[in-house]
Amino acid sequence: MQQAEEITTDSGWIEIGTVDEIPPLGARVVRTPGGDIAVFRTADDEIFALRDQCPHKGGPLSQGIVHGKHVACPLHDWKIHLDSGEAVAPDEGCAARFAVKVEGGVIQLSLTPDEGCPNQ
Amino acid sequence: MKEKLILIGNGMAGVRTLEELLKLTPDHYDITVFGGEPYGNYNRILLSPVLAGEKTIDEIMLNDEQWYADNGITLHKGKWVESVDRARRIVHASDGTESAYDRLIIATGSTPFMIPVPGNELDGVIAFRDIGDVDTMLEVAAKQHGKAVVIGGGLLGLEAANGLLKQGMDVTVVHLMDCLMERQLDKPAAALLKASLEQKGLKFLMQAQTEAILGKDRVEAVRFKDGLEVAADLVVMAVGIRANYALAEKIGLHCERGVVVNDTMQTFDPRVYAVGECVQHRGQTYGLVAPLFEQAKVCANHLAHIGIARYEGSVTSTKLKVTGIDLFSAGDFVGDDTTEDLILQDPGRGVYKKVVLKDNRIKGAVMYGDTIDGTWYFELMRDNTDVSGFRDNLLFGQAHLGDSGHGDDNRVAAMADTTEICGCNGVCKGDIVNAITRKNLFTLDDVRAHTKASSSCGSCTGLVEALLAHTVGGDYSESPAKKPLCACTVHTHDEIRAGIRDQALKTIPAVQHFFEWKTPNGCSKCRPALNYYLLCQWPGDYQDDSQSRFINERAHANIQKDATYSVIPRMWGGGTTPRELRAIADVAEKYQVQTVHVTGGQRIALYGLTKEELPRIWGELNQAGLVSGHAYGKALRTVKTCVGREWCRFGTQDSTQLGIDLEKMTWGSWTPHKFKMAASGCPRNCAEATIKDFGVVCVDSGYELHVGGNGGVKVRATDLLCHVETPEQVLEYCAAFMQLYREEAHYLERTAPWIERVGLSYVKENIVADDVGRRALAERFDYSQQFAQDDPWQARAAGAEAHEFTPIKQVG
Repeated sequence: MQQAEEITTDSGWIEIGTVDEIPPLGARVVRTPGGDIAVFRTADDEIFALRDQCPHKGGPLSQGIVHGKHVACPLHDWKIHLDSGEAVAPDEGCAARFAVKVEGGVIQLSLTPDEGCPNQ
Repeated sequence: MKEKLILIGNGMAGVRTLEELLKLTPDHYDITVFGGEPYGNYNRILLSPVLAGEKTIDEIMLNDEQWYADNGITLHKGKWVESVDRARRIVHASDGTESAYDRLIIATGSTPFMIPVPGNELDGVIAFRDIGDVDTMLEVAAKQHGKAVVIGGGLLGLEAANGLLKQGMDVTVVHLMDCLMERQLDKPAAALLKASLEQKGLKFLMQAQTEAILGKDRVEAVRFKDGLEVAADLVVMAVGIRANYALAEKIGLHCERGVVVNDTMQTFDPRVYAVGECVQHRGQTYGLVAPLFEQAKVCANHLAHIGIARYEGSVTSTKLKVTGIDLFSAGDFVGDDTTEDLILQDPGRGVYKKVVLKDNRIKGAVMYGDTIDGTWYFELMRDNTDVSGFRDNLLFGQAHLGDSGHGDDNRVAAMADTTEICGCNGVCKGDIVNAITRKNLFTLDDVRAHTKASSSCGSCTGLVEALLAHTVGGDYSESPAKKPLCACTVHTHDEIRAGIRDQALKTIPAVQHFFEWKTPNGCSKCRPALNYYLLCQWPGDYQDDSQSRFINERAHANIQKDATYSVIPRMWGGGTTPRELRAIADVAEKYQVQTVHVTGGQRIALYGLTKEELPRIWGELNQAGLVSGHAYGKALRTVKTCVGREWCRFGTQDSTQLGIDLEKMTWGSWTPHKFKMAASGCPRNCAEATIKDFGVVCVDSGYELHVGGNGGVKVRATDLLCHVETPEQVLEYCAAFMQLYREEAHYLERTAPWIERVGLSYVKENIVADDVGRRALAERFDYSQQFAQDDPWQARAAGAEAHEFTPIKQVG
């Protein structure tokens, strides 16, 4: 816990790896003391990060099928918007977003979830 | 500058088009709506419950005036459009309002047909079409306990009559024909309906031809051809509706029985579209809600400049509820000299079912009282399935009564709100009814999306549809003429498989490009299907796409509800050894496995393992010779056996060795859905071979081969395929059967529904009667197995796909 704080309080960003380490239309997990974060890569190499928990029953979104800018939860096939963390209507709920930035193929992740989603 | 869009006709089809359009492109158009009635858009099919006093006008509003304001739509309510200047693109309304357009939608609906008899213009003679009519009826009914005559014994007439009866009126239904609802019911069903309605207090005059309506200013009586006169304070004409294309015709658009449109819902003027009941498409006009909504979707797609949707017509069945009685009809339910009728009549239960067959294919069906199997008959009819294999059971339905999860409850009307309908997702009747009424749902897909009912195993689909019919009101229909693979495409499973083969498409993007997928890279429904179809068509050639597989197949283990995984090694034919058991025990202790469980397929399962541990565990199991059991895949799962002749005093053949040989031949093969086998040593059938996808029952003279069974949600016993004499034949028939299933079933369709769809005789023709074809199928199976029989655990234990099993980063 202490170590995590050290890393994030420094600049707010931590380096997690490169874009190539995530399969296109796939995801990888960042393990943190606050819980797993799923980092997704779309077909266009856009990178998104969400709390690795479906708002429905807590399913690991990182294990779902990525399509467009959505991921389908592996447990009950809820669809979640990668860019907002919101469930696709008519389902309701959200998975907290985490900011990411990519520079020269290297992914930086913020460990502070965006506000506005109860599922942090 | 936004383009201007005008909608003429503020009804269900027109406004649905706007809703679909706003979903696709909210800001493309400035939208103006003209509607003749002084309301927003309401649900016309719920007028009957309003008349019966079960609902209020507010409750049947679909889009109130706030909706138009919120979406920036200008609503001219209570204004009739007089004409349209198509050259200058201006709409003229009755009050002088003028409005310019770039695109125009005509959705003028239909008008009730008023029979041309003297007196039909008198006060108190009305139709049953809009809120105004209902208001008139309620006014008359409130004044005195008067007499009403309803002309027309169709659905609408009966609903009106029932409503007026509930409002305390003395109601006589007049019908020209000798039986009620002759377009939806045959004579026996109509007679049952009439008797039941008479019991409620309705009176009927059959084969009665109206000659005149009598009265000075107001209606006083109705006179018939035979001279009979019936007193009346109110006459409701419900003899039919006609497409209302008067405006379209007046402004010079080509009309026949409706405004003629092409597959994109465009009229002969490319700037003018038309949808709904006013439309004639490929010679057909439609009056049910589902086809109209399909048209709306297509029209919106083109207005949004997406331009890929086509309306190809609808096949309709009708599930009706008349005053609380379930009715169903579809297709040609009357029949002729070339057809046969199967009839079940049970007056005591108030049940009547008739299925019309031609050459063992369903041409039509009509049902009264118990309509739960209507969906099934409709599907068999649409798929043109040969029913000869289960003709003897056809009338008894799809064995819904034994389904797990919802007992034998199949009459939705009588159910309490707390009755569970969908056992998978825990959805009760009350939840579904609430969602339908509050969120204005009309179709099965809508209900699935909002409530999840029937979206998992699907066994309660018939119940959910029955609830829709009850809640949505008078009529409800499930309409798509063909079922697309998923929402990303308009093409069916079969079309896509044929395309993959004939166009030599060899990657998922190539398939999506060729078939003009609507989404950039598919969805969780189509990608696994395409991956399977490609794998099956191009063995050895196609590069499996792991990102298009469900997690279980990607990780080669079953994900559990807490995101841990289970590990189930293969035990050939259900047999094992002390060495294997010791290895499993060692792994279970070393990794502190929470649960060790024996599965229904004679395997041992270890539960509660983390994903990162999996490759190491697999490596250790490999050491003892254990390989993946594919318990996670749409694949050959298990071959269950009994000990057979080797030990059992009743055994007739070596079923254990046969099971091992079958499993050695078929393991590793991917199939449309999971595939289970069993081999029993005698007809006592201890291995339960008659509820497997492929089952062998050994007999003294050889081997009985059974196909298409399954346990689970809908228990289905197998059909007997044939009898063979040697183990070699068993293997060949098995390979051929599996290959036929692999090549022709839809993805996620088990052998049972597949055989019910194509018919057992089709399978027999290919596997039993055609020796050359069978051998060719078996050879194709063997060929594809060359590329399939690699233990996926071994490769991953050695480091393959490491990214799948490790976090990209560990923080803290």
